[in-house]
Amino acid sequence: MKYAFFLGCTVPVRAQNYELSARRVAEKLGIELVDVPEFRCCGYPIKSVNFKGHLVMTAINLALAERQGLNITTLCNACSVTMIESNEELKAHPEFLEEVNGELSKFGLEYKGTVKVKHFARVLYEDYGPEKLKEHIIRPLEGYRFASHYGCHFIRPSSVYAEFDDPQYPVSLDRLVEVTGAEAVDYPEKQLCCGGGILGIKEDVALALSNKKLGIVKEKNADGMISICPFCSIMYEGNQKKIEKTYEKEYGIPVLYYTQILGLAMGFSSEEMGLKLNRIKPRALMEAFSNG
Amino acid sequence: MAINVKDLDRDFKYQVMREPGGEYLSRCFACGTCTASCPVREIDERFNPRKIIRMTLLGMKKEVIESEFVWLCTACYMCQERCPQDVKITDLMNAIKNVAVKEGFIHPSYTAQVEALKKFSRLYEVGEFENKKRQKIGLPALDTETKKEFVQVIDDYVSGLLKEGEE
Repeated sequence: MKYAFFLGCTVPVRAQNYELSARRVAEKLGIELVDVPEFRCCGYPIKSVNFKGHLVMTAINLALAERQGLNITTLCNACSVTMIESNEELKAHPEFLEEVNGELSKFGLEYKGTVKVKHFARVLYEDYGPEKLKEHIIRPLEGYRFASHYGCHFIRPSSVYAEFDDPQYPVSLDRLVEVTGAEAVDYPEKQLCCGGGILGIKEDVALALSNKKLGIVKEKNADGMISICPFCSIMYEGNQKKIEKTYEKEYGIPVLYYTQILGLAMGFSSEEMGLKLNRIKPRALMEAFSNG
Repeated sequence: MAINVKDLDRDFKYQVMREPGGEYLSRCFACGTCTASCPVREIDERFNPRKIIRMTLLGMKKEVIESEFVWLCTACYMCQERCPQDVKITDLMNAIKNVAVKEGFIHPSYTAQVEALKKFSRLYEVGEFENKKRQKIGLPALDTETKKEFVQVIDDYVSGLLKEGEE
């Protein structure tokens, strides 16, 4: 199992605990992640401005992976959906591919359309599979209860994800949480958006969206939320204190990346999984899994 | 507010339908499933997908492209999943935004993102400082170069649109 490792913009700067844990876990599982130094933005921010410009930006990255004969895995939901959808658009519209290649030829690049893109959590779920993952669990997280947050672009639109999971009642991440030995807490509105897409447009609406889910998770008394997208984590974790202040609530809900809890269950320490970089400290886990 | 037929732009809907993602606009039969499914609408009533679609079909171009509400879509795709007419509403909202930008109305948050991308080829700068921090916690340093490919794409597809907006 070998993938070009697409970090995108947010992960390497604002979710280093995610990147660290994903790299460690992948290495131990024998999933080779190849760094491609030339990778840059996936093109998502340009989509709202100019659709064709965003296709070209995506295609630069796809072409770089294709040149090395590699498929791509990403840690970010937005990067995933952007590259997957652009790939489909380029397949469905040969005239788009022709225009894109006209632009790419200026840099000596060409995209033929052979690259597949998969979120890393999907690689774990599909390529590796829960059963095989379980063989690596040496320290089950028994007694812990986590609420999975999928994030919109891991499961929607179903036009590109239909073969993977249900767009409104997904199960994949809950199954992955159960692999660690923890309980996957069921809760209403699991599909609800974090609001991250409009944080820069209208902050109060974005925060109100996050507040809604934090309230639901709090009622379920979960030990934390599990995220697989850096921007969802920024909303629920990075903005949690602001949300508590705005809405006069007390949440104190840790938000962990899936790769962090998987790593703990695989025997890594909380230090190795970067838990001290989490903004809302998952204290119980940090104490239980510390190496010091 | 009464709608004056003379103020309507009958070409607007075709302009939207010519944009990638806008193709299925005319399929809408106004059932409102999109609005009922929209998490943003639940919080801010100004964002109402059914109303935006109606306004677009009627030709209320000015009211649609000059307003903030077209930018309030989070792209969660719930409306798109549930639309019985397969209007592909999230893609449609994107097409409307693309038209708004072409007409000179880009939201300032996107202007800022475009500027960052042109400067760093990323939304956030990765320089020496960030790389030191990365290496300290055991992550590899990243290539910090601004890639000419990304500058070129922005120049070819986006910069012209922003200049029109400034005029």
